[in-house]
Amino acid sequence: MTKVMAAMARKVGMASSAVGIGVSLGVAAGPVARLAAPPTIPRDSGPEADVTLAAERARTALEAVAVDLDARAAAATGPSADVLFAQSMMPRDPALATQITKALDAGRSLPHAVAEAFGVFRSALEAAGGYLAERAADLDDLRNRTVAELLGLPMPGIPDPGHPFVLVATDLAPADTATLDRELVLAIVTEQGGPTSHTAILAKSLGIPAIVGCAQAPSLIDGTTVLVDGGAGTVVIEPDAEQVRAATAKAEQLSQALAASHGPGRTADGKAVALLVNLGGAGELATASEVDSEGVGLLRTEFLYLNRTTEPSVAEQTRGYSAVFAAFDRRKVVVRTLDAGADKPLAFVDHGEEPNPALGVRGLRLAARHPRMLEDQLAAIAAAAAEHEAEVWVMAPMVATPAEAKAFAERAHAHGLAVAGTMVEVPAAALRASHVLAECDFASIGTNDLGQYTLAADRMAAELAELLNPWQPALLELIQRTAEAGRQLGKPVGVCGEAASDPLLALVLVGLGVTSLSMAPAALPAVRLALAAHTEAECVRLAELALSAVAARDARELVGSTARMP
Amino acid sequence: MAQRRVVVGSSVGLHSRPAALLVQAAARQPVPISIGKDGEEFVDARSILSVIGLDARGGDEVVLRAEGAEGSDAEAALDELVAVIAANHDSGELNSA
Repeated sequence: MTKVMAAMARKVGMASSAVGIGVSLGVAAGPVARLAAPPTIPRDSGPEADVTLAAERARTALEAVAVDLDARAAAATGPSADVLFAQSMMPRDPALATQITKALDAGRSLPHAVAEAFGVFRSALEAAGGYLAERAADLDDLRNRTVAELLGLPMPGIPDPGHPFVLVATDLAPADTATLDRELVLAIVTEQGGPTSHTAILAKSLGIPAIVGCAQAPSLIDGTTVLVDGGAGTVVIEPDAEQVRAATAKAEQLSQALAASHGPGRTADGKAVALLVNLGGAGELATASEVDSEGVGLLRTEFLYLNRTTEPSVAEQTRGYSAVFAAFDRRKVVVRTLDAGADKPLAFVDHGEEPNPALGVRGLRLAARHPRMLEDQLAAIAAAAAEHEAEVWVMAPMVATPAEAKAFAERAHAHGLAVAGTMVEVPAAALRASHVLAECDFASIGTNDLGQYTLAADRMAAELAELLNPWQPALLELIQRTAEAGRQLGKPVGVCGEAASDPLLALVLVGLGVTSLSMAPAALPAVRLALAAHTEAECVRLAELALSAVAARDARELVGSTARMP
Repeated sequence: MAQRRVVVGSSVGLHSRPAALLVQAAARQPVPISIGKDGEEFVDARSILSVIGLDARGGDEVVLRAEGAEGSDAEAALDELVAVIAANHDSGELNSA
């Protein structure tokens, strides 16, 4: 929509707006800056008039890309610095320059010569598979940057307009968001993605207001001012001052109520529901530990292993866990053992070829292949736990059977880790929850994966966002079944998926019998506030309403119109 | 033509940092050096893309050749690159905690 159209719409009293799924609370207004798509290479216009000049232009563009990588490598530390260090040498590779000249001599136009030269090395890497095939994606990124530089197009990746902006994109990939600056990104609006998409998780963890699944996102053009309400899921295009004031005031009121809420999680009638935070790395530790929470409900340990070329030693791992246990002194920390494989391969483990990695050797299944890795990890967790006052629990990812739960709990107990549990992400584990829980000390439901496996919908498939909606009644039923098994055996059953960070859904989860909720730190105050406004009986009633719905959308609407949200 | 055999010392192989260090060292030499595995195509040791493409893993043996060069320059160059490949460059420190 153009500014003129928006102004006309206001004149005739029409709201000029867009809607999507609000996934991260907060209100912000600012100019749109779009994530630039990879450049399209124009049709091959044939031989360059001056091949020498063209080769020189290619060299200049490659050097500019290399200088940018140098800067990124200098800013990075540790293993990612190693990778960037090697990557920054690629644009300066003499063999690449030779290939470009060869393609120019063969009559290619400059952008095509560059793409073709990268292609020569790309196919060699891709053919090698595994770790090298991953580097092929790096080469694509370098090619796109070089072509954008040559054609004077915006650099692919996060825009840099020189002022704070509302980031608008088709979708955000992890690579796009590695460098996201929360001081500059006021809000995020994406066309694709659902409540469990990478964008949603990231925005929540950074506390940036965000809307996903916004079909009108493509019509938001650079420089247009928009008002984004990440709670309501609305975008107002060219808002007037009054609209911004009203939305900001409402958000301010909520944020004051949130700031005033504190202490352990309780329903209005005093039933305790532990409120915990999810933690994915040392970088988030400072923010996460300052939040008023009862501890960590999910410590993802992949940060100790990923982007490394060698396995971390027990001593290194112990230091990593110690840092977390020290920050959460006297609070609970639930450590999930390594969940590698599938989309998170390790450079130092041979994962082999898997046609369907999400159903392959991942999580605890990898420990069956490499038992010593799990032994080392448990030893490191136990050693770090012995040094600190944190109450350390451990749990295994991707457990499908009671036998797996039993084997894991026995190994953990043997290391002196007294409380050992199971993630419930596989429908089989939820269906047989009473047997699984009989073999271990607690369960924690990973709603993202449990949703993916229950609805047979790939988490990465944007088109399937509705199936991945955590309000799917089938998913809620499995949660209920697991919670009920826990209640009968007197064992805790928590939720540590994204579902727990939606205040409305959190009420339903409590009503289903869940005893703790673990979420992105930024989401915790809103969940505490919602919980404090409802009794346990009201939560049970909301859960019944959600289960009675036929579709996910109906479930949310029914509950939304009945609950009293602050 | 002078040549050397050497076993890759870094467990990661000639990727990432070890590959970058080799390429930097090769670029400093007065004579061109090529690298390859027995029975496979040899590539320019100054090309990071080609070196990574060799997919030489830790413990693999690779061959270095001073292309068309003999004498002390060539020998010294080979010695330096052998040392870089044989060394263990696995970065030991844990950055993330």
